Amino acid sequence: MTTMTVMTKPHRTIWQRWNWLLWVVVIGALYYWTINGLKFTGLQESAGAVSQSIVDGLVHPQWSYVYDGSGEDLLSLILQTLAIAFLGTIVSAVISVPFAFWAARGTHERFFLRSGSGKVVLTLIRTFPEIVLAIMFIKAVGPGSYAGVLAVSIHSIGMLGKLFSEAIENMDRGSEEAITSAGGRAGQVFALATVPTIMPEFFSYTLYRFEIAVRSASILGMVGAGGIGTPMIFAIQTRNWPKVGIILLGIVVMVLLIDSLSEQLRKRLI
Amino acid sequence: MTQAPIISFKGVNKIYNNGTVGLKDISFDIPRGQFLVVVGLSGAGKSTLLRTINRMHEITSGEITIEEEPINDYKGQSLRLLRRKIGMIFQGFNLINRSSVERNVLSGRVSYYPTWKTICGLFTKADREMAVRSLQRVNLADKLYTRADELSGGQQQRVAIARTLMQDPKIILADEPVASLDPLTTATVMDTLQRLNREDGITVIVNLHSVALARKYADRIIGLRAGQLVYDQPIAAVTEADLNRIYAEGEQV
Amino acid sequence: MTYPETPRRSWVQRWHVKGIVGTVVLVVLLIASSRMTGVDVGMFFSNFGQFMNLLVRMSSPAWDYTAVIIQPLLETIQMAILGTTIGAALAIPFAVLSASNLIHSRLLRGVTRLFLDLVRTLPDLLLAAIFVAIFGIGSTAGVVTLAIFSFGMVSKLFYEVIETIDMGPLEALESVGASKVTIIWYAVLPQILNQFISYFLYTLEINVRASTVLGYLGAGGIGVFLQRSLNEFNYSQTAVIILATLVVVLVIDGISNHLRRVLL
Repeated sequence: MTTMTVMTKPHRTIWQRWNWLLWVVVIGALYYWTINGLKFTGLQESAGAVSQSIVDGLVHPQWSYVYDGSGEDLLSLILQTLAIAFLGTIVSAVISVPFAFWAARGTHERFFLRSGSGKVVLTLIRTFPEIVLAIMFIKAVGPGSYAGVLAVSIHSIGMLGKLFSEAIENMDRGSEEAITSAGGRAGQVFALATVPTIMPEFFSYTLYRFEIAVRSASILGMVGAGGIGTPMIFAIQTRNWPKVGIILLGIVVMVLLIDSLSEQLRKRLI
Repeated sequence: MTQAPIISFKGVNKIYNNGTVGLKDISFDIPRGQFLVVVGLSGAGKSTLLRTINRMHEITSGEITIEEEPINDYKGQSLRLLRRKIGMIFQGFNLINRSSVERNVLSGRVSYYPTWKTICGLFTKADREMAVRSLQRVNLADKLYTRADELSGGQQQRVAIARTLMQDPKIILADEPVASLDPLTTATVMDTLQRLNREDGITVIVNLHSVALARKYADRIIGLRAGQLVYDQPIAAVTEADLNRIYAEGEQV
Repeated sequence: MTYPETPRRSWVQRWHVKGIVGTVVLVVLLIASSRMTGVDVGMFFSNFGQFMNLLVRMSSPAWDYTAVIIQPLLETIQMAILGTTIGAALAIPFAVLSASNLIHSRLLRGVTRLFLDLVRTLPDLLLAAIFVAIFGIGSTAGVVTLAIFSFGMVSKLFYEVIETIDMGPLEALESVGASKVTIIWYAVLPQILNQFISYFLYTLEINVRASTVLGYLGAGGIGVFLQRSLNEFNYSQTAVIILATLVVVLVIDGISNHLRRVLL
């Protein structure tokens, strides 16, 4: 890639010589359209004052909210958030496995349709907004963390299924071949060779997805699907900045802890 | 040789789906207990030839018989029983990297177990003892509980040999078994194969691209070029010039 | 011939202690989590009718609504483009400051990276809620949210690219006493430009997805209409919005994937 820029082509056509100009025009037009299209009107005059009080609130968080034994405090709700993310990720990982085998390109071209359809389904799931899923599940099971678990479970299939299927496509098939050549049945090949080869990668992707799920579980509450998001949105709407401050702090610490924990686990288990 | 050949190729052709010719009109016999080395350039069809013997590759036409039984129509159980008596060694060792050596060796025994027992890891005590004996034969019994990917390349290949021993094989196919090993470990792996050939009378068929190794270990050498059998001599009749020709002419093509 | 003795397994290995402990921990966590979240499989199925009803109403999209949402959809794309651009532009100096092969001061690098780590912990919708409070309802809050969100993501991708460059040309310039800026312009930039653009496009894809829901909290774009339709229980409109979003996301992904293939 670095040598590309060094190579000089001896004969460049007019098109090759000038096509950068086309790009400049296209990109220029795109940005002209973008900036003209957006309306920056309606800016609140109070923006400065609000920012000031937000910073104040962040600097003086409401420490009393951390734990008060009511079950509605920061610690309880952070735990609840983690529970939503954890349960959602595990359920999703389990459901993703058949999806992954469906979408993985096999060694035979005749399975092209099967894997193609699987990939399309996974893309559709991935693109369906998690927030909308959460709202739909709230209709089904009522507001609360159960709806959050369902939303995370279903939405994560889109990404985990894709990552899993790519892991299957790229896996080393050597040990499978060895078991087949020793006279193993398809089920034995799967249990003895495929599973041990693929499991660590599945595990690593699941951990990665859990990190993302923690972030989404912390905002799903904003639409009523449980976790720390619910008090967060109330605090913002009521301009209770010290409370916003402590919740933000809680989320930051939670995410940092989970990220480093998951990194440790991943290093250890692979 | 008055005995019937253990493997026999009769006019075998293999054409891949994309039209490439893999094997072209191959006919020859392999007597029981022979150490046969197949030489040829990469892409000459050595791997394909080897894999038609245990039906990891299907042939397009012709017939292969093993112990005088045509194997073309084997399916399901009969195919698995065929594969059980043919051990296979690979260039990339093909161990289950994250499993223990013990489990890898035991996995050679799969064809003796129903699927559910394999899934639960229920191997008999006799088979566990057999795994230790197999490892002792390749001098690796002290690594029984080590993870396979913690071993060196040469050790991994010997674990792979111990795995095929669990099948009680009559034939061992080795596809470039030493191509990714250094000279010293190459010698231990080839010596092990030779010992199995001499002590247990296992017929061994090895693909090699090293002429020196072929001359050192083979009872007989056959040469392939572009899917055709172009050379077939017992070791006593093999000359350096013959072997060089197999490679040199190939390069001119 | 004597064989070396077969090794003994420690009791930890023999009884598969690690595997059992891992499984037990997993099961305990699962049970605790489902207690805490009040998961009740039965309830899902007893309310299944309501859920199906919702799906049925969504499966008859109000196609005439399409005309209404074209403008906000375009606004969503504009928000994503502007937000990603601002974020990426801000990210470049921070990426340079975080790259271990350019900045030798461990302290400076550490502080920059810690700051970037902190920024990355903040979920996009949370930022949106705060910026809506600051800037008021409208696309400004959305653009700022996306700018900060992509800033966190891009800066990490960028410094990882910078750390993989070939140091040869850099050392050559350093040895003749060129300034830092000169070095970056002539020795670093040519090596990383294509990957930068590729990551920029990748971030744009993610931002287009993200921007479609930001409006749910008032940060402009199609999300505003999404929230309205959901609040009014007008699910046939919701369906149109989701489908239209899907089309936009897929089109942007397609264009961006194509460009990235051409670039790399």
